[in-house]
Amino acid sequence: MEPLATLGRIFIGFLAGTGRLAMFCGAALGNAAMPPIYLRLIGRQMISVGYYSLPVVGLTAVFTGMVLALQSYTGFSRFNAESAIANVVGLSVTRELAPVLAGLMVAGRVGAAMAAEIGTMRVTEQIDALVTLSTNPFKYLVAPRVIAGLVMLPCLVFVADIIGIFGGYIIAIGKLDFNPATYLKNTFDALETIDVVSGLVKAAVFGFVITLMGCYHGYHSRGGAEGVGTATTNAVVSASILILTFNYFITEMFFATK
Amino acid sequence: MNTKPAKIEVRGLYKSFGTKKVLNGIDLDVRQEESLVVIGGSGSGKSVLIKTILGLLRPDSGSIKIDGEETAGMSGATRERVLRKFGMLFQGAALFDSLKVWENVAFGLIQGRGMERKRAHQVAIEKLAAVGLGPEVGELRPAELSGGMQKRVALARAIAAEPEILFFDEPTTGLDPIMADVINDLIVASVRRLGGTALSITHDMASARKISDRVAMIYSGKIIWVGPTANIGRSGNDHVDQFIHGRAEGPIKMEVRRA
Repeated sequence: MEPLATLGRIFIGFLAGTGRLAMFCGAALGNAAMPPIYLRLIGRQMISVGYYSLPVVGLTAVFTGMVLALQSYTGFSRFNAESAIANVVGLSVTRELAPVLAGLMVAGRVGAAMAAEIGTMRVTEQIDALVTLSTNPFKYLVAPRVIAGLVMLPCLVFVADIIGIFGGYIIAIGKLDFNPATYLKNTFDALETIDVVSGLVKAAVFGFVITLMGCYHGYHSRGGAEGVGTATTNAVVSASILILTFNYFITEMFFATK
Repeated sequence: MNTKPAKIEVRGLYKSFGTKKVLNGIDLDVRQEESLVVIGGSGSGKSVLIKTILGLLRPDSGSIKIDGEETAGMSGATRERVLRKFGMLFQGAALFDSLKVWENVAFGLIQGRGMERKRAHQVAIEKLAAVGLGPEVGELRPAELSGGMQKRVALARAIAAEPEILFFDEPTTGLDPIMADVINDLIVASVRRLGGTALSITHDMASARKISDRVAMIYSGKIIWVGPTANIGRSGNDHVDQFIHGRAEGPIKMEVRRA
């Protein structure tokens, strides 16, 4: 009976956790949409999520674009298909690599920081203090972060698209002796609006997921420094897994052929 | 003796965490303009009691009335309306470390009541002065303050909006005896100035004697004795006697595993 009871406990725990997350998600969205809206806090979070993530996202994008051009060349040259490199770099970066890699980088940087900050506020009773000062913690802590994630991730990914394609361009022109004008023409000919838009939609979803996970795990952290550490780890791991999962479903939604 | 009606009325309050029963049928009245201190050992449910009254924790069952209005199970805007009556000093001060000291004191005025920042700054400086801190402290961050100063700032924040009810959670924990006495004096002065009702929890008997009109003792999730502070030495209750004299031997058994 003991293994069955353990299995049951795990299953009930999973259901309870899912329900708690769904309610947290609903409360976060509800409070983000209803006044009062703390514009100053939203602005501060936008700078933290967007501006301060630019270097790490930019570096990731430029090296990814460079590697992609190099790898595509070594592969495609076997079939005399070098001219497809611009298409491959453009499509891969805008559709997949920029949103996913930017999402994972921001999850590591921003999601962890949010979980640690809110978790520390939880274990030091600062969240309880907010409530006693007639301030809704969802409006004050969660909503500005979620809004900042939703808005800033697409901006970051748009910049990453440009930098990633530029990375491929540098290698194609500087190392592989492509004609610059032809490379750019091939890139823009291959790209359609939907390629960029699908990447930006992914970015908005990833931004929501990252900030939600950071806030959720921080908000429910318990037991001092160890609890905050666990919350931080859980925020990054769960956000990363959800990013990869949602990436598949959004790709299927945009590009699946019947 | 204070014969005014109850400001806070708690009846049959139960709260459990898993299988652990923390509040096991609490009955307690705090009268208007009275300072009541709840004493009890570590883990006896003192903090859970005030957090449940405040609505930070939801009771399993029981009634909590504030000014005759049932608040158990309240949420949203109605809870926020009731919370405006309260000011709370937390055990660890719970100051917002991302804000300056004056912004901490003025927080409830700016965010909770929509006061203009300039006016709120003035009020914050006045409240800091009321707890013996100069305006220069207002520009510091909480991390730059000593434990005693943090408690004073937390007290200034609790009284900033001039609440009707003040809660103090272990106000002297972690302070040296002199600073603890300073905090006790400030608490007495603040409650008197506001003409408010105060509910404190502590296991510091010197603090309890100084700041209270009446004392209640919590043990095993129940209030086992309530009486005027002057009578605590002759309560006739073995649990109270053991606690106030700090004796290891007696009816209260601490869970200590010996090697």
